[in-house]
Amino acid sequence: MTDDMTAIFRDELRDLLDSLERGLLDLTSNPDDPSLINQVFRDLHTVKGSGAMFGFSELAAFIHNFETFFEHVRSGRLRITPEIIRLSLAARDQIPGLVDGTADPDGQRDAILAAVTALLPGATPVPSEAPKVEADADTAADLHAADEPGSDEPLPDASARLEFRFVGDALGLGAQPEIILDELRALGATGIVAALEDVPTLDALSVDQCLFSWSMDIPASVKESDIEEVFVFAEADWKILREQAADTTSQGHDFNLDAPDVTPPPLADTVMPVAAQAVDPAPALAAVPDHPTAAQMPQAATIRVPAERLDALMDSVGELVIVEARLTELARLSRDPALMTTAEQITRLAAGLRDATMTMRMVPMRSLVARFRRLVMDLSANLGKPVTFSVLGEDTELDKTVIEKLADPLVHILRNALDHGMETVAERAAAGKAADGVVELSAEHSGAEVLIRVRDDGRGMNAERIRAKAIALGMIGADATLTQQQILSLVFEAGFSTAAAVTELSGRGVGMDVVRRTIESLRGQIEIDSALGRGTTVTLRLPLTLAIIEGLLIEVAGEKYTLPMASVHEIVALPPEKSAAKRGSDFLDIRGSFVPFLRLRHLFDCQGDAPSEQNVVIVQSGAARVGIVVDRIVGTNQTVIKQMSKLHSSVRAVSGATILGDGSVALILDVGHLIGNGRVAPSDTAKEAAA
Amino acid sequence: MKLATLKAQRTVTLVTMALGNQTLALPTSYLREILDPLPATRVPGAGPFVPQVVNVRGAVVPQANLKVAFGITDESIDPTLTADRRRILVLELQIDGENAMVAIEADAVHEVATIETDRLEPVPAAASEWPPEYLTGLYRGQDGFVLLPDLPAIFATQVSRPVVA
Repeated sequence: MTDDMTAIFRDELRDLLDSLERGLLDLTSNPDDPSLINQVFRDLHTVKGSGAMFGFSELAAFIHNFETFFEHVRSGRLRITPEIIRLSLAARDQIPGLVDGTADPDGQRDAILAAVTALLPGATPVPSEAPKVEADADTAADLHAADEPGSDEPLPDASARLEFRFVGDALGLGAQPEIILDELRALGATGIVAALEDVPTLDALSVDQCLFSWSMDIPASVKESDIEEVFVFAEADWKILREQAADTTSQGHDFNLDAPDVTPPPLADTVMPVAAQAVDPAPALAAVPDHPTAAQMPQAATIRVPAERLDALMDSVGELVIVEARLTELARLSRDPALMTTAEQITRLAAGLRDATMTMRMVPMRSLVARFRRLVMDLSANLGKPVTFSVLGEDTELDKTVIEKLADPLVHILRNALDHGMETVAERAAAGKAADGVVELSAEHSGAEVLIRVRDDGRGMNAERIRAKAIALGMIGADATLTQQQILSLVFEAGFSTAAAVTELSGRGVGMDVVRRTIESLRGQIEIDSALGRGTTVTLRLPLTLAIIEGLLIEVAGEKYTLPMASVHEIVALPPEKSAAKRGSDFLDIRGSFVPFLRLRHLFDCQGDAPSEQNVVIVQSGAARVGIVVDRIVGTNQTVIKQMSKLHSSVRAVSGATILGDGSVALILDVGHLIGNGRVAPSDTAKEAAA
Repeated sequence: MKLATLKAQRTVTLVTMALGNQTLALPTSYLREILDPLPATRVPGAGPFVPQVVNVRGAVVPQANLKVAFGITDESIDPTLTADRRRILVLELQIDGENAMVAIEADAVHEVATIETDRLEPVPAAASEWPPEYLTGLYRGQDGFVLLPDLPAIFATQVSRPVVA
């Protein structure tokens, strides 16, 4: 087994573990949902199958035992209880250790298996000193015998007959009949006969299809589960014909359901007489959808790509977009219609390529959420604070870089919400609140941003005490006039949040400054809102992508700037009576609502006089709107975002830079910051900027 | 870069450049390329020391004016310097713990020379008209003193600059 392949397995395993955890946590709220139970079962089965294939036999044995237990849940003999969820999660947590070959000195794995076996009605305890497949399979067989005859039982007569054939492009996909046959021989198969009736003439032969089918005698001691193991990675139809028991069971993959035309006539010929006389085929077919194979998941074909290749692709697309802008500019200057047409086509193609590449990099929030649910569940249990954790907008997609960096801050915020924000049960009762606290994580798109909120209904933050503490720490003057919002935001200041004693009274813990720094490094913003006694909401505003955006290019005093198109609400002409004033802020009447506006010429301390006709770009972030007065609208452009140097980290009005078609640099304006400026008096900030 | 670090080697290769009447020398280990002046974009509110950004082969690079750090005024410009001798030096160095590119303006670039580190002297603290914290050291050249600016120290002050609008 090469390292490469093991790496693929580990990759796959990570997804499977996530999916498993998600499924188990979902079961907590919907314990009777058969599709969830099936999903968990499928995941267990795939972990077992892949593990065995890649030589992790200890893992395969452990999961096999657990899967056998879960089979009882799946068949409805056992109802999901919190105890089962707890044990299942504990079992899931053992999987990484099993893959890494970590020893289990405390016997946790055996303890888990013993505990689940004890849950079974009338179960024979699993011999804890030997948790091997064989040992447990016997137990499983006993249990199955209770009300599912013929599933995992030893085949009842001495002369069962097994028939199988590969379906679809099995050979093209790497199936190796000789290995399957060897494994069957190892199980004791004899009298193996190949059926050649279906083999066409040479010109019709397809190299990808296996047109042989095989039949053989298998001894009675062979269990169906053993045969299932043999075929777990082969796309094959297989049947066991048991003449005395008159019981034909069809197993294997569902290709005959999805594509009935590939079912081979010769095999049907030999099987059907037996099946027809004894068995109603309906149960066998009905059983197939429950069969836990990944092949049955209704999913589109996917391919795994290392993240760095996507990054490299994105870089190339970024370069392409810049060169395309240059080409368009040159074509425009040349006035050559043929060149201009070609440039336009390139523009269209580049935009398509950009969108496709960005879509590839988008990951739903769901990939993050599973671990949060686990975190909240564990914390809630440890702290003795029961909470209902709900997640809204799991499907909201974000750039993978953003998602990756978001995990730690969100863990921190959630931990704070439970640890400090949430009251104890007694306190909640005293406050007349429901015993179960509420913590809600939500994600939604809003223009060019994604808003992620963590809301709790805990004790809230005491603005007065935060203010007093900030004064004591010398962070603000005793006579400072601050809004509620500004006071609460003090917890993000490094000096404040590292003062440990503050934790309890603020209802927010240590390290919020780190959270804010991380969010800002993603070009995002963090806001906090709280009502004493009613809870706290932390809102993260994040850009959809860090790579390329649609921009609106504007010009002020001969300088070009870019605004993110998605935040542009509308463009209006500046009314003549407003354009007379050169300084200060003012309001525009936009269809009855007053929108503050600021003059970029003034804010950026530009020289010269404004043109007689100016435009106002109305930008929006969240619910806030502000107008930005500019000289001229140049047009839209593909904006490849380049980070600003640290030497310019003090310049908050600019969130990045981009390179225009003529090779010059245009700065990208930070809309959130401009809106903040629109709220306070712009003339003051402009003076600072000029200083 | 500290003087002791430089003196650990027997020789150092420096590129010398003019800022007004003053000659400065930078270790060539910082130097990526020397370019004719590029069209620069003003960064509003960035202050006079690093007021602009330029496009250096697809990268957006801040462009600094060392005259501001050393208080060199335009009145003292050497009359032999003309606009067509101006260059920008693209450097790669550590800024706030990270490798970063930065361009600096030069009124002229003179030469690349290897000198013995024995010739480097510390800046006399009392008599210096230059901010001593910005200098690694100096040496005696053909036409007077040549200054070795401590670029990481100079840029570190810019990073810690207070936030503006």
